Amino acid sequence: MFTELFVRLRAHQVGVTLHEWLTLIEALERGLIAPNLTSFYYGARAILVKREADFDRFDEVFLELYRGIETGEEVLEGVLDWLDDPKRLRYLSEEEMAALEGLDLDRLRELFEQRLKEQTDRHDGGNRWIGTGGTSPFGHGGFHPTGVRVGGMGRGRQAVQIASKRQFQGYRNDIVLDTRQIQVALRRLRRLVRQGRQDELDVDESIDRTCRNAGDLELVFRAPRRNPIRMVLLMDAGGSMTPHARLVSRLFSAASKGGQWKSFQSYYFHNCVYENVWSDISMQESTAFSTTQLISEATPQSVLVMVGDAAMHPGELTERFGSIDYWHRNETPGVEWLQRLRKAYPVNAWVNPMPERWWNASSLYLIRRLFLMFPLTLLGLDDAVTHLRSQPS
Amino acid sequence: MDGSESAERFGFSEEDGICMTTRAFERYSGTDDYIASDDLKQAVNMSIVLGRPLLIKGEPGTGKTMLARSIAKALEMPILEWSIKSTTRAQDGLYVYDTVQRLHDSRFNDKDVADISQYIRLGPVGRAFDEEGQHVLLIDEIDKADLEFPNDLLAEIDQMKFTVSETGRIVVAKVRPIVIITSNSEKELPDAFLRRCIFHYIAFPEATLMEQIVRVHFPNLEDRLLAQAMARFYRIREVDGLRKRPSTSELLDWIQVLRAAGVAIERLESELPFLGALLKNEKDQQQVARWVSGNEPSRFNG
Repeated sequence: MFTELFVRLRAHQVGVTLHEWLTLIEALERGLIAPNLTSFYYGARAILVKREADFDRFDEVFLELYRGIETGEEVLEGVLDWLDDPKRLRYLSEEEMAALEGLDLDRLRELFEQRLKEQTDRHDGGNRWIGTGGTSPFGHGGFHPTGVRVGGMGRGRQAVQIASKRQFQGYRNDIVLDTRQIQVALRRLRRLVRQGRQDELDVDESIDRTCRNAGDLELVFRAPRRNPIRMVLLMDAGGSMTPHARLVSRLFSAASKGGQWKSFQSYYFHNCVYENVWSDISMQESTAFSTTQLISEATPQSVLVMVGDAAMHPGELTERFGSIDYWHRNETPGVEWLQRLRKAYPVNAWVNPMPERWWNASSLYLIRRLFLMFPLTLLGLDDAVTHLRSQPS
Repeated sequence: MDGSESAERFGFSEEDGICMTTRAFERYSGTDDYIASDDLKQAVNMSIVLGRPLLIKGEPGTGKTMLARSIAKALEMPILEWSIKSTTRAQDGLYVYDTVQRLHDSRFNDKDVADISQYIRLGPVGRAFDEEGQHVLLIDEIDKADLEFPNDLLAEIDQMKFTVSETGRIVVAKVRPIVIITSNSEKELPDAFLRRCIFHYIAFPEATLMEQIVRVHFPNLEDRLLAQAMARFYRIREVDGLRKRPSTSELLDWIQVLRAAGVAIERLESELPFLGALLKNEKDQQQVARWVSGNEPSRFNG
């Protein structure tokens, strides 16, 4: 059950190495980890897991392995196993030894099984030999994974409970891309060209010319390399996007910081784009920006990235007055606006934070006829960038 | 053998769940001005005994740097602080060879410039190795430096020695220093480096721990003021869309300002005076101000 932790952590893609595993064993040997589950939980985590992004996976594995201990079958097995190994008994206190001496092992086993049958709920309270909150390792409170000793669980929260809180879920990186990864992916969009005033000293060329001049110094200047790409990011902030808010905001911060674009514009829309987009997520009147103007501002260097789940009632796309906002009466159906955007910004992509297997709503079908759609994962983003690069601009 | 004996042999006191070794090594259990959670203490002690660097991460303002000072204080050791900047090179931590000084001296002939060793200055890592007694070595904000920086230090931290190539002198650590490394996760750290560390993530303190922390800094604080300030503080942390959520150090600043200004507790119920101590970003302040005035904008209106 102990080595299993190592195996399962690796299976869960927590990059634990043998080196770290040996360190944990050393820590156990040197008595750095107290014989209870809480101490083991924290100790093992500190040694084996090096990123808070992996804490949640550790919690998962820990739960898988050690929550089972609380159920009858496994408790029984564990205890019997434990009783089979008499040398572990030396960790018992005097009273416990005395209690034990009064019983032979078979009798004890019998008693234990009988008690276990009587007890169907959680084993806490009381001071019976098996399954108490405070004095036994096999109750709800205090099992030590290697089954070393009978003893108090200690104060504070219990490891399984801590693990089951899964408080590090927000730090995972397989679901959520981190900003740096997005930046790295987007960096490939850069097309560096020399543009603007010639105010950068070209050392190679200067040396070359100077030599040709027989040592008479001649300085050569050139324009610095710049990224001419204008990035336009349109993000859906509709209700169904709420679960993805964090992810989208990361994409936003990565795109705004990392690209070194010539210009970066971002707007929000609600489910579908109509005559206005908004520069602020609260989408109040004052922050509205005309879509027509956005279309007219398109340049050959512009790149349009739409971010949204594209999941809505098809009517919101195809119908006049179809907008989800009751008070909003759109003369032009949403799909028409999308078509205009696509035409003005021929270099475009649609990034969808929803997993690909859910891309089957009819509105998605409509939108995918207009925009190539990519999932908002590292892989998807890479594909999107490759697609954007391949477009002539 | 009875229970207490076996417990002692393994260095655990009976009441404590978390490791409390008494004899095997000098243990760290916080100081009177720094409250450490049990799991943090355990991580510190593991790092000391196993001789591995302790990597500390966590939200800004949760006391990462303070931890190293607290360890130094508790164990009565001198501390060497090495604050990393974006231009810091790993070599700087070991030693610096002052070539300019040597060149300068060579023009005046008042020193023996042939003796290079007088132009070698040991950096924080070098001093932690070279000086007498055990030191606490704090490598602060390691993520500020170049991506390869942590890897460049691996061999030295592992073997606890390095060579000054100019003089051929080998600097060997007499006692392994206690190495504390902090990071704000601005950059990912290399795997090879992480493997050698003990890692602890300082989670944001829960209310009870936070109360203890505040008490340590303000022993005479009025209960009602503390309760009110904490309630407001935790609520502000939950306001949507803050760029930088206030943390422990900001709460301490805020309470200090509130006390210094003698703000009445009643005032805290209806408004948030001295918000600037908690929130350093103008947009955040506006956001919270809007929330206080009662019309907190919903994140999405769909």
